[in-house]
Amino acid sequence: MAEPLSITPDFVPVVPAERDDKALHRVIFIVLALAICVAPAFIYPVFLMKVLCFALFASAFNLLFGYAGLLSFGHAAFFGLASYVSAYTAKFWGITPELAILAGTAAGALLGLAFGAIAIRRQGIYFAMITLALAQMVYFFSVQRPDFTNGEDGIQAVPRGHLFGLFDLSNDMTLYWTVAAIFMGAMLLIHRFVHSPYGQVLQAVRDNERRAVSLGYRAQRYKLMAFVMSAAIASLAGATKAIVFQVATLVDVHWSMSGEPILMALVGGVGTIFGPLVGAAVMTTLQNYLVSAGSWITVIQGVIFVLCVLTFRAGIVGTIADRLKRNL
Amino acid sequence: MAEAPAAAASAVQPVGPLLAVRGLNAWYGESHVLQGMDFDVAPGEVVTLLGRNGAGKTTTLRSIMGVMRKRAGSIVFADRQTIALPARTVARLGIGYVPEERGIFASLSVLENLHLPPVFSRSAMSDQEISDLFPNLRERLSSQGTRLSGGEQQMLAIARILRTGARFLLLDEPTEGLAPVIIEQIGRTIGLLKERGYTIVLVEQNFRFASTVADRHYVVEQGRVIDMIKNRDIAANLDKLQNYLGI
Amino acid sequence: MLTDLIGIPIQALAGQLLLGLINGSFYAMLSLGLAIIFGLLHIINFAHGAQYTMGAFAAWMGMTYAGIDYWWALLLAPLVVGLIGVAIERLLLVRIRNLPALYGLLLTFGLALIIQGLFRNYFGASGLRYPIPAALSSGTNLGFMFLPHYRAWVLFVSLAVCLVTWFLIERTTIGSTLRAAQENPNLVEAFGINVPRLITITYGAGVALAAFAGVLAAPIYSVQPQMGADLLIVVFAVVVIGGMGSILGSVVTGLCLGLVEGLTKVFYPEASSVVIFFIMILVLMVKPEGLFGRAS
Repeated sequence: MAEPLSITPDFVPVVPAERDDKALHRVIFIVLALAICVAPAFIYPVFLMKVLCFALFASAFNLLFGYAGLLSFGHAAFFGLASYVSAYTAKFWGITPELAILAGTAAGALLGLAFGAIAIRRQGIYFAMITLALAQMVYFFSVQRPDFTNGEDGIQAVPRGHLFGLFDLSNDMTLYWTVAAIFMGAMLLIHRFVHSPYGQVLQAVRDNERRAVSLGYRAQRYKLMAFVMSAAIASLAGATKAIVFQVATLVDVHWSMSGEPILMALVGGVGTIFGPLVGAAVMTTLQNYLVSAGSWITVIQGVIFVLCVLTFRAGIVGTIADRLKRNL
Repeated sequence: MAEAPAAAASAVQPVGPLLAVRGLNAWYGESHVLQGMDFDVAPGEVVTLLGRNGAGKTTTLRSIMGVMRKRAGSIVFADRQTIALPARTVARLGIGYVPEERGIFASLSVLENLHLPPVFSRSAMSDQEISDLFPNLRERLSSQGTRLSGGEQQMLAIARILRTGARFLLLDEPTEGLAPVIIEQIGRTIGLLKERGYTIVLVEQNFRFASTVADRHYVVEQGRVIDMIKNRDIAANLDKLQNYLGI
Repeated sequence: MLTDLIGIPIQALAGQLLLGLINGSFYAMLSLGLAIIFGLLHIINFAHGAQYTMGAFAAWMGMTYAGIDYWWALLLAPLVVGLIGVAIERLLLVRIRNLPALYGLLLTFGLALIIQGLFRNYFGASGLRYPIPAALSSGTNLGFMFLPHYRAWVLFVSLAVCLVTWFLIERTTIGSTLRAAQENPNLVEAFGINVPRLITITYGAGVALAAFAGVLAAPIYSVQPQMGADLLIVVFAVVVIGGMGSILGSVVTGLCLGLVEGLTKVFYPEASSVVIFFIMILVLMVKPEGLFGRAS
């Protein structure tokens, strides 16, 4: 790539590179938007929506793991709860889909606030174990409250409804544009957050918490904020998914669902903006091809986990970023 | 007084050095700490490595021992090239290591600390000999290792390696943070070990102490040996030495 | 004679307390193994539940395909699964030794998925039955409760295993070497001890302990692929509550939490599956480093 054209003398070593990345990111976002516009001409839109929902879910996980260094093994709690709330309100309260999604997201974000306040009291592996245990509570709650979750069957035949009461979402393409808009909005929000001063402090806390604290930053507050943000986006993904696929089931809150975004982020590249999207696309495609393999899918996911950790820790986008010496 | 040990050392000189270090390099991550160390230690000698903080003395001992991950060059001990050997193999060649800050294990009792390293030579000191040499430890065997005073911990750290049968000792700042009377005691212990034919490499900041126990001094600066001073010549070289050490 | 306590029949109470103690002894054995592995490898062994499952399946397969009875299974299953653990350590974990601890968690999570998936493929998701050994199939009426012999045996043997483990670690040379290696592996290596081999053996032993628990569990819980994963999540909470600093701490925490769970089943059954998680939250509020943990 060309050298940066404008150089601010005071910040020569840092700013040009940053600015360069920003320009690059802008290009990638534009290409991404174009790709999303063109994709339904070639690929089944329901599959694309699945990819987008899981990309959002994986991006939420990655926001916390990649940029705050906190490995959550409990994101199914937010994804699943939001899925239930959005399905329940859309079906039984008959509210419009955007409100149902909003309700799901709000519920998940609140749960994230509670769980986050507890989990950030520990770090590292303890944080992972705590989030897993907390999420299991939500799972047990879902099992024990069939009046809300409809037990083993889950909430089925959720109406897609009319967006703002106007646009009929039972039309796959209308729904697709809605999901695409939600996705792009959330991705831009994540990008904005990561590159904001808050995001920078968060990464400083990740790299050296003690030093960040000694510089006067209240590390716990930044972590909690990241946690809530991550939980909210995971919830947005879950709530949207419930409307798209018209179901919310126990699978959504089960711990194995917490493994999905981890694997997607790992495959795509932890700590990159676009990695989780790529990881979600790869893994969802793989799942689609392997649908006939039944429970072999779990084994294959496990093998990919092991291989990624052993030999491919940067992930797809991470590897490309290393080659280009850029942040992606 | 300084004459006698030097004479003893030269008496065994024809055998060749027990330890020969040539072009030793070592790195902590990206930082290149040792940049071509060269020195010899003859059998039965007490040699010190002197130098300022960060000169690479501790790293040298760690490299000889094999606990430095990234190192290159040549370390020949008892005619055997050890540069590529893991620490456990180096130890079994008969090298005993007392790390800086003594390395006493907090979760082990004094006795457990003492019995931790396996015995691998017939020349090992018996528990009785150890107990005679370090009478203070006798009463404290069941207390937690780190409950001992600094001096006792140092004694324990030395006792621990004598029990293995090592005849070549690497001591990293054995006097650090200790009271003068304890330092004197450690000096006597080192003298006693020398009498019994042990070979000792000592890292020291306290060159006054070093001059009471050592035959020769290597001056280390920026990861290299820049000078060697025999202990008997130390009075004549005092200015030079003080300049090196920045005292 | 007093036959009920605040409206609860003594029989039911004692029965639930026994069940709680038995669950607690499984928590104790599994959290003990996790703590031992963590102490030396700095890895949270996410495959621990799957290795417990392997123990149960090994016993079931031994019985079904080779006629190996319970008593031999108790010996052979931990041995076989422990050796698989040794292979896992030598082939996989050794490669990530210098990476941050979270990678160990991710790698062993992958292993857990593989093991669990394989069992589901070959044996299905529904439970398999493993009979209680004939010698222990009856029970004794203690007056205030009926004590099935197999349950008494499980309780006895798991406590014995915990005590033996404690003894090995706190009172033997192998144990002091292990503790020293937890503190400063490089120095232990510099004393001529083969630390990599110690790490391998430790992982193998921790895995064997999980498998042993699996064999004990086979006759009481149904043998199914998911059994370890569900249990492991509770054990994680137990570990967070107890902290991983002390062996006796892990054992006591495990047993007590099992009892609390049993009591909850009597007085407020709806909360029994989550009570341990609630306790975890409380402990995190009051003493985040855990009851027996050291502040880091």
